[in-house]
This record gives sequence, structure tokens and C-alpha cells, in this order.
Amino acid sequence: MTSHCAPDEMLLAYAAGWLDEPLSLVVESQAALNPESRKRLAAYEAIGGVLLDELPPAPLCREAIDRTLPRLDQAAEQAVPHRPAGTAPCGCGSRPRDGLPLPASLRRLVGSDLAALPWKWRMPGLSEVVLQVGGGQRVSLVRIAPGRRAPRHSHRGHEIALVLAGAFQDGTETYGAGDLQISDGTVDHEPRAIGDRPCICLTVLDAAVRLTGPFGRLLNPFIRG
Amino acid sequence: MTDALLLDPPTQALLIQAVAERRDREAFGQLFRYFAPRVKSYLLRLGAEDGLAEEIAQEAMVAVWRKAASFDPAQASVSTWVFTIARNKRIDGLRRLRRPELDPEDPALQPEARPAADRLLDASEREERLRRALNTLPEEQAEVIRLAFFEDKAHAAIASETDLPLGTVKSRLRLALTRLRRALAADGMDQA
Ligand SMILES: [Zn+2]
Ligand SMILES: [Zn+2]
Repeated sequence: MTSHCAPDEMLLAYAAGWLDEPLSLVVESQAALNPESRKRLAAYEAIGGVLLDELPPAPLCREAIDRTLPRLDQAAEQAVPHRPAGTAPCGCGSRPRDGLPLPASLRRLVGSDLAALPWKWRMPGLSEVVLQVGGGQRVSLVRIAPGRRAPRHSHRGHEIALVLAGAFQDGTETYGAGDLQISDGTVDHEPRAIGDRPCICLTVLDAAVRLTGPFGRLLNPFIRG
Repeated sequence: MTDALLLDPPTQALLIQAVAERRDREAFGQLFRYFAPRVKSYLLRLGAEDGLAEEIAQEAMVAVWRKAASFDPAQASVSTWVFTIARNKRIDGLRRLRRPELDPEDPALQPEARPAADRLLDASEREERLRRALNTLPEEQAEVIRLAFFEDKAHAAIASETDLPLGTVKSRLRLALTRLRRALAADGMDQA
């Protein structure tokens, strides 16, 4: 069974605080969109809590508390009380349809209006916005028009695709909003947007794709990270 | 003031409540004396130098004061909550982008299909089970968990540090994680 959740190693690294920025964006976005993934992440963070409890305390500077107390009053930022247990979030009971609402991590980067982004045409039915995220990976939003396919390709490294809106099919597997797919050099695929809306994914590539279809081989020189 | 101070999870939760509801500085002081040295210890393990670890630990505790009202005992125990605050403070320092807390009001947040009955179970009870599982892991498995968690170690680095083949490190880690997840699975934390 494919779980469509971020793999355990990734969640553990995020929980521990040393996952790189592009993959952190993926984990945070999936945590918002996918309750199962949020639950797993919470389990890893709980391991952090337990380990924190068990760490031998490090000696603090003698004035540590005296230096901290005066800062409390400057703490103007108001905490939002948590929602009472068992109540649903305000009016957000359905999966996002038009790519909105975006997870907070992504909104910070791109705002909330996907249509206003500078989409670059890549090939018929497929456009892309490259995001400015630290790290050596190529991080983008990819939009595939309903019924269109990405060109057949494989990978030199890894590709991570998190569905933000719509859905795509790859072989026999279907990925909807909040689902994550990881591909590498062992796959040769042409994901196809299904349903009547564009499929919008957050993708992270750690190396350029390798087009493998008949036209792809011709296009290859133009598809560069 | 003593560093040997111990706070059990129910006491931690009461202190947070006192901070949230009454802005109780005495309660904050107890939380500070318990958590600040542990947070600092965590940061030192991740390679921060002493002054920075001290500073981030203080900042994290100020954030605990600020955010006390948003602590939700159904979501996490106090120590897990403090841990995530400290982790995020450290990452904020390392990155251009501030890490957002998982915002309960994020309109993108997709609710669980069935509001799990286990939510009624206090998170600190769930974590008590996790703690017991962690403490009964074979030492070799507990060790790779600690290394993976606190020492920013890629699996390969753990392997060279422990003089173990990479495959052994990976399989120990996997075994340990499976056990820990199973400890949580009783209340549906994970079925995998
Ligand atoms: Zn809402
Ligand atoms: Zn691919």
C-alpha cells in the first residue's frame, strides 16, 4: 500500500529540526492538507518532547531568568486561544478546489492568489512558477490542465510532488489534494491531470528531469533546472 | 533555585495553565528552571555554541509565556510543545524564512475525517506510553534514535560514529520507529 504521506525519515528530520528548507515546505504543506500526515508528524514531535524531558539539563548563565523576566512584558504578541476540542475549523471542511486556500507556509511565499503568479508556459497544458527557496533544489508550483499529461520522463535524482489542488493519475495510482508522490530514476512516468480542474502541485527536484518520450528527447536540452 | 528540579507532566500542564490564565510569574519561573536548561542542552547537542544556545533558550521561554494560551493539551504534552517552540526558534535563526507554527486557524487546514475519540485521551497520556516504549527499547535502538534526533546526523555519519555498517543503522532506526509507532497505535496514532 502506498500511503501518500511524507516518508518517516523526512518527518523525523523535520521534527528534529534539521530538514532543509525545500523539504520543510513540503512537510508543512502536507501537514496542513493531510490529517494523516499531520498525525505522523505529531508522533515524531512527541518523540522530541520525550527526549527533551530526558536530556541532562545544561547549566544556564546565572542571570538567565533575571534577563528573561523583563522581556515578558514586552511580549505584546497575543496568543490565539486554541479552538475548543472537537470543533471543526471555520468553514473549511472540504478539500481545496481551485488551489485555494493554500497552506500558510506556501502563502508566505506566493500569496494567496495563484492566478496572479507569473506562470511560465512549459509545454501544452503545463505551466510552472519557480519559487525562491533556499537550498540547491528546484522548487516550483506546477499546473497541469485537466486531462493533460506531463511529458514522459524519468529522473536523475528525486522528484517530490505534493498535490495542492485537483488530482493526477500515475499508472494505477491516483493522487488527490494532500497526497505526496516521490519518484526517482527507477520510474518512467507521465502523470496525467484527472477531473475537470487543473492539477496544481508543489514539486521539489534535486536534479533535472530526464525526458524519455519521443518528443521529450528533442526537448531535453531546453528543460534545464 | 535548583537545576535538579523535576516536573511531572500534569504539573507542567498546570503551570502552563497558570501562565495562560493568570499570567503567573511564579509558575513561569518553575517552567523556566525546568525547561530552559533542557532546551539549552538540546541546542548544544545540535552544535550551537554556548552563548547562542543560551539566547535561543531564553527566547523560547519568552515564547512559552506569550503563547501559553494557545497550548492545547489534546494536541501535545507540554514538553513536546516546548520542544517544537525551541526547534522553530533555532530554525528561524538559521533561515531567511520564519517558520510558522501550525496555525489552528489556517484556512488550508484539513480537518480529520472523524474527530478521533483518542483526542479525548490527554496527549500527555499518549506520550507517557511513548516514553515507556522509548525506555524499553534495546539500548542500541534508543541510541540511534537519539543520534538521529539530536545530533543532526545523516545515517552515514551515525554509521561512522558508531562503527556500524550503514545498513545496520538504518535497520535499527526502522525497528525503533516501528516500536514507537506501535506504542502510539493503540489510540490510532499510526496504523502503518
Ligand atoms: Zn477557516
Ligand atoms: Zn516525475
